Amino acid sequence: MEHLELFFKSIFVDNMVFATFLGMCSYLAVSKKVSTAVGLGAAVIFVLTVTVPINWLLDQYILQEGALTWLGAEYADYDLSFLSFILFIATIATMVQLVEIVVERFSPALYNSLGIFLPLIAVNCAILGGSLFMQSREIESFALALNYGFSSGIGWFLAILAIAAIREKIRYSNVPAPLRGLGITFIITGLMAIGFMSFGGMLTGGDDAAKEESDSAAQVEKVIEKETETAQAAVSDKTE
Amino acid sequence: MALLSKKDSKLILDPLADNNPITIQVLGICSALAITAQLKASIVMSISVIFVMGVGNIVISLMRNIIPSKIRIIVQLVVVATLVIIVDQVLKAFSYQLSKELGAFIGLIITNCIIMGRFEAFALGNGVWRSFLDGIGNALGYGVILIIVGFFRELLGSGTLLGFPVLGDPIAKSGVYSIGYENNGFMLLAPMALIVVGIIIWVQRSRNKALIEEN
Repeated sequence: MEHLELFFKSIFVDNMVFATFLGMCSYLAVSKKVSTAVGLGAAVIFVLTVTVPINWLLDQYILQEGALTWLGAEYADYDLSFLSFILFIATIATMVQLVEIVVERFSPALYNSLGIFLPLIAVNCAILGGSLFMQSREIESFALALNYGFSSGIGWFLAILAIAAIREKIRYSNVPAPLRGLGITFIITGLMAIGFMSFGGMLTGGDDAAKEESDSAAQVEKVIEKETETAQAAVSDKTE
Repeated sequence: MALLSKKDSKLILDPLADNNPITIQVLGICSALAITAQLKASIVMSISVIFVMGVGNIVISLMRNIIPSKIRIIVQLVVVATLVIIVDQVLKAFSYQLSKELGAFIGLIITNCIIMGRFEAFALGNGVWRSFLDGIGNALGYGVILIIVGFFRELLGSGTLLGFPVLGDPIAKSGVYSIGYENNGFMLLAPMALIVVGIIIWVQRSRNKALIEEN
């Protein structure tokens, strides 16, 4: 349940592009054609799924305050969290290189389809953003971090796919000249972001969730009452 | 501008308008939009980026002949990450509240495409002084857009500037609120940043027809 909630939350409610504007540069630059957008989106899913869990491990066992206790009691009050930027970005850069080498060796087809996008991803804000939000939201377990990386990647993929499809269509429309290209893309993204805000009510945490549960429980009770009523009516019909 | 030759001053002035990093080069949008709901955050962000870009361009330009081209991205990332850690620690020390508000977005200066973009396009091939000017110029161009967006979003969204109420008091119905004006809370939401930037692009390109894209 926890996993399912995080999954939908990262795809729709906290969508990387529409809620936090991460990875906007490549989102705007590589969304002219659907086919290239799919390639980049797939690469982002892949790299996020790999780097967020690794950075979670780094955060838990090296960076956080008191994380070094596994080395010995005298390390208990070290707080290395100021190093997190440099460590995260180093992990991302090396992982991207590694992934590139491994993919090239074992799956040339995938390598060719991801093409130039893999190395570019090291500087995609969405990747570092994934790790930084993972850190600031204090995700609890390794599995949840894996889930978070994967589902944020899917959210980004969906966003770039949608805008690429719209941009392919909009080529045939009569857009005011100064808005052509970048301007209209910005405005469309804004409108899409407004649309995505409606997902905000899909999952509400804390008190609201508890309230909803009690509400739905009350509804279930009502439904049961109705059912018994209709059943009684049916029975009385039959006896008549 | 007696200090700078004509060519050098062009390096600073060009990115402010006709070669703006945000509206023309499409760089550095990632961290630009999310923090512009308030003018103060926009200004702090601009100053941070000016510092990181100025110093970063100097460092990269100094090292440009000894960086092996294969691993230059990692070298660049390490330089930027170090500078951003300095900015982050300074902010935490002197303005903890603001540093909390900006949150992960200070860290995201590292992957701000504007920085990597200028390293790649300029600092790797030019001398120290020119690289420094280019860095400052582009960061200023970025800051200008950030401050314009932040100004309009804060003014229209909450009726304040830098936290001071400039349009009167919405609860006591003084100032412009007395004639029925209401704050547009929508401006504070994230999507409006995109639309405001879209409008800035629109205005800029209708004034300078040369910038209009084919499609």
